[in-house]
Amino acid sequence: MSAADVIATALIWIGAALILLAGIGVLRLPDVLTRANAATKATGLGLAVILAGVAIEIGTTRAAVVLGLAVLIQLLTSPVSGHVIGRAAYRSGAPLWEGTHTDDLATYYERTELDGPRD
Amino acid sequence: MTLLDPPLLAIAAAFLLALVRVLRGPSVADRAVAADVALYGAIAAIALLAVREGSEQLADVTLVATLLGFLATVALSLLVGRRGS
Repeated sequence: MSAADVIATALIWIGAALILLAGIGVLRLPDVLTRANAATKATGLGLAVILAGVAIEIGTTRAAVVLGLAVLIQLLTSPVSGHVIGRAAYRSGAPLWEGTHTDDLATYYERTELDGPRD
Repeated sequence: MTLLDPPLLAIAAAFLLALVRVLRGPSVADRAVAADVALYGAIAAIALLAVREGSEQLADVTLVATLLGFLATVALSLLVGRRGS
């Protein structure tokens, strides 16, 4: 294996580990906002790192340009989508975790709590 | 390229965990977030397939799917917000 192969493989492994973390976080964390937090950060960076590793591994200029663009778009849009879905969830009254101790938005939005068990 | 198999397994595990959250809910936003994770896992798997095949065309798929995932999330969040107001 050349040095480029080693770097690419390491990047791909790191990215896959981050995506696995996102999957665990989405399943295990207690409410929507924490789940969106885990999902956005882990998938945003994880996918970007994997795509960078793939670009190194394929090694052609065209693949590097396309995948570099994908990485850039991913890094720009993933925080935005996380913010937007969290805001919508909060405003639609998704239940917060019992351990939540500071709710700075409480004075800005009227929330109607959803009924039904929280999971 | 057997070195790509463990990452693929990790991504598949993440996909299944996210699918469990999609099925369990409880709110639409939970499902949207989990479906997002599943989609990004699928994109990563496509990227690894591109490495295995040595194919540049499959790299194009990841670019389009990334944009599509963002649009889908924003549309879903509008839907969630409208239902609550």
